[in-house]
Amino acid sequence: MRKIKELIIEKSLLSSALVTIAVTIGIILVLAIEAFLFFKEVSIFDFFTDTQWTPLFTEKHYGILPLLSGTLLTTFIAISVAMPIGLSISIYLSEYAPRSFRKTIKPLLELLAAVPSVVYGFFALVVVTPYLQQFMPSLSGFNSLSAGIVMGIMIIPFVSSLSEDALFAVPKSLREASYGMGATRLQTAFKVVVPAASSGIIVSIILAISRAIGETMIVAIAAGQQPRLTLDPTVPVETITAYIVQVSLGDVQHGSLEYRTIFAAGITLFVFTFLLNTVSFRIRKKYREKYD
Amino acid sequence: MESLFILETNGKKNYSNTMSEIMTEKTEDPKIETPIAEKYKLQTKDVNVFYGDFQAIKDVSMNIKPKTITAFIGPSGCGKSTFLRLFNRMNDYIEDFKMEGKIKIDDNNIYKNKIQLEQLRKDVGMVFQKPNPFPKSIFENVAYGLKIQGIKDKKLIADRVEKALIQADLWNEAKDNLNKSALTLSGGQQQRLCIARTLAVEPSIILMDEPTSALDPISTAKIEELIHQLKKDYTIIIVTHNMQQAARISDYTAFFYMGELIEFDKTKKIFTNPEKKRTENYITGRFG
Repeated sequence: MRKIKELIIEKSLLSSALVTIAVTIGIILVLAIEAFLFFKEVSIFDFFTDTQWTPLFTEKHYGILPLLSGTLLTTFIAISVAMPIGLSISIYLSEYAPRSFRKTIKPLLELLAAVPSVVYGFFALVVVTPYLQQFMPSLSGFNSLSAGIVMGIMIIPFVSSLSEDALFAVPKSLREASYGMGATRLQTAFKVVVPAASSGIIVSIILAISRAIGETMIVAIAAGQQPRLTLDPTVPVETITAYIVQVSLGDVQHGSLEYRTIFAAGITLFVFTFLLNTVSFRIRKKYREKYD
Repeated sequence: MESLFILETNGKKNYSNTMSEIMTEKTEDPKIETPIAEKYKLQTKDVNVFYGDFQAIKDVSMNIKPKTITAFIGPSGCGKSTFLRLFNRMNDYIEDFKMEGKIKIDDNNIYKNKIQLEQLRKDVGMVFQKPNPFPKSIFENVAYGLKIQGIKDKKLIADRVEKALIQADLWNEAKDNLNKSALTLSGGQQQRLCIARTLAVEPSIILMDEPTSALDPISTAKIEELIHQLKKDYTIIIVTHNMQQAARISDYTAFFYMGELIEFDKTKKIFTNPEKKRTENYITGRFG
């Protein structure tokens, strides 16, 4: 009797694991099939070289570059905000802060990631943009600058928390060796601890980038919906994710080429984040081996 | 030794005040050494250490002569490591750590407020229980202490690295692999690298906290031989659990028990004719 019970539990646990895998495979399949149908009508070469993205207009262009540039621009701004702040926080918490302070401040920081991103998007649109406009009158109402900055704030805990874990995992004996030779705290932090934790820090930054690339609500609300191949952070742009939202909410006919554009855009996004996650996974695996 | 004099003149303003309070014999001019200071490299007087409410060291006074090897022995938790770590103020990082009493190196109170920890630790090097090389190249490990002092002269650094590796008896094994990661070395080699790293900074005292406890017998023998050679130039204090090791390499032995210094004498006397019953029991293996 007990054996049967064990068996049932085991199988049900296994099936929930299989369901997850099946769903993931299903999603990738749908993405791949619809994207394949899209690329039967639009050449891959045009998709990556055309500088215009106008599938919803009469004169149609299917160049992903404007969406990609929008995504990369907002991500770049976000990471420029999150990396220095996040790393400073992690070094402070791991090397300087008293234990009790560290224990309270870390969960508080992680709350930043728990705020719904629609709130951040709204915050970017109605607080940050008007504020920045006081100094930059030419700033558009929708722009990648404020979306990027706010997205950067959102991903700070990704950088700070994971980097702090990596820094904190550096054996105490290495710090002692450094102090023992007359190094200051600052020298020890930057010449010993940070290099020793570098792989973990890189992983944290990659995961933060990956999160920023996939972020949807903030850019959909605050960055605009105008696909534009530009590096100017003050004008409206459209990211891949924002485009997918725009089409999904619109009245594009199911099965049409316009409809399939979102799968083509989606698979581009997927390839990007998948590559980033794979790289970070590899680095993390290597780094685990080092400290075991 | 030189470095500590620099420190003295830097802190001179405060010197006479603080020193008259904390020292029994008043020295007006730090350059005039008292006979005692010439005789002893390191002196402790009535040292007490507390971790919160727990007293780890009780009223320990001892004097250590220059260019000798002193072994600290005693059962686990007897305070010998804590006591050793007082000499380069390594306990300062422990929360709730509190220290009373005086510790003087070259007649300078190292627990004076104005003391520069960095300067002290250049003069008092430390080798740890487990080899702890940095995840850097062999060369960078040895050069680290020099680089953090702001030394930029590449020739000087290369010379000092070579000298330190020779002193630590690692040069022949490592000279062709200086750019290889230190983590590729064996445990014994890593520990000799850590000794080389300490020597490169040119300290006058070397503290060793069970430096061979993680090593095999052959590596241990090599390190012991090395310690013996280093005695020519350095004052060495070594914490060890290995009684034979203490007997083999040290000139003086201090036996600690429950935070107290039970007996401190010439190693030969401690191991052949100890004054206290408890010391005898410990070294003959009856407890601990």
